Amino acid sequence: MSSLVLQSLAVMGQGMLGVFVVMALLALCITLLNRFGNPTKKNAKG
Amino acid sequence: MQAIFGNLLLLDPKMVIMWVIGGLLIYLAIKKDMEPSLLLPMGFGAILVNLPSSGAITQGDEVGVLDVLYNAGIANELFPLLLFIGIGAMIDFGPLLQNPKLLIFGAAAQFGVFAVVVLATLLGFDLHDAASIGVIGAADGPTAIFVSQWFNSRYTGAIMVAAYSYMALVPIIQPPVIKALTTKKERTIRMRYQAANVSRLTRILFPIVVTVVAGLIVPRSVALVGFLMFGNLLRECGVLDSLSHVAQNVLANLITIFLGITIASQMQADQFLNKETLMILGLGLLAFVFDTAGGVICAKVVNIFMPEDKKLNPMIGACGISAFPMSSRVISKMALAEDKQNFLLMQAAGVNVGGQVASVIAGGMLLNLIAR
Repeated sequence: MSSLVLQSLAVMGQGMLGVFVVMALLALCITLLNRFGNPTKKNAKG
Repeated sequence: MQAIFGNLLLLDPKMVIMWVIGGLLIYLAIKKDMEPSLLLPMGFGAILVNLPSSGAITQGDEVGVLDVLYNAGIANELFPLLLFIGIGAMIDFGPLLQNPKLLIFGAAAQFGVFAVVVLATLLGFDLHDAASIGVIGAADGPTAIFVSQWFNSRYTGAIMVAAYSYMALVPIIQPPVIKALTTKKERTIRMRYQAANVSRLTRILFPIVVTVVAGLIVPRSVALVGFLMFGNLLRECGVLDSLSHVAQNVLANLITIFLGITIASQMQADQFLNKETLMILGLGLLAFVFDTAGGVICAKVVNIFMPEDKKLNPMIGACGISAFPMSSRVISKMALAEDKQNFLLMQAAGVNVGGQVASVIAGGMLLNLIAR
């Protein structure tokens, strides 16, 4: 397999991993934003 | 007579073929309502630039207006970024903010981008052109233009025709792929939708958080993500309604006009009519197919770990493609066709807007991973 194809496979692996990592982090951040950023829920707990 | 008809002698059969292609794009835009805001200017522009000695493009020392516009807004990636402000202002991320786990399907549906990068290298394209072709799978015009210009691809014209044509063809491309990968039982899975309140603070912080997180990990995506999220912040802040309105309407429409007709400057017969264009059209279609498959398969894998009453309808995985709102409408219709009581629009819309974010991240990853 040519080195170019191997390079592209590496791009695919790292690229997909990177997209999943970023999206997972964003999902976590949004979950935290929803938990701590909703004043209605805070009042209900108070 | 020479002065009047001399130019006719310069007419090349390839130019006439491009007129036909331009006419086809115009027909698809008007008659079939396929992405008319881009296909019509591109179609007309294709005719403009394929007239002999056309004054619209540079001839010797005479600089053509389309080349002026191209250098002013496409070659430096300005137009797609400005358009992203308008797109960001149009998007309501509410369905996604209510259920952030849906972001994962947006990630999975970028598989087509990277798979086509590999396929393109197998077909002999260099890595820069392969990345530019792969980004057709981002199903997002500004991202495709940005990435292909970043890598100085020779195939921008073909890439744009493929990207916008296939975005409009999502209702035709996605259903067969989804049906091939799912059973009827899976397609009739109902998903309970519970509307949840998303606070204004969350809506305001979301674009800022996305920009910071994406920017820290994928720094080359900052321009793309940042402008998209800036537009969204204009919408969500609640104090800049006039700017949001201008971004959604005046700015977006103005840039779209310039973008469409300027991209056509890359559709000159010599650049466009070659076997590479056909390959790019084929690879672009595969990118959309693999995107759809990636999202659906991800949903099926997630279902393995879900209890029976919380299973996902795997069709929503296909909405991770960034063709918003077309894809969510397609999946919603498919669900209703299988079961008249199966309403998936909100879940599909959540995945679809997540796909918009994921596609920009995918484009940024290509910029980060491949040296210019």
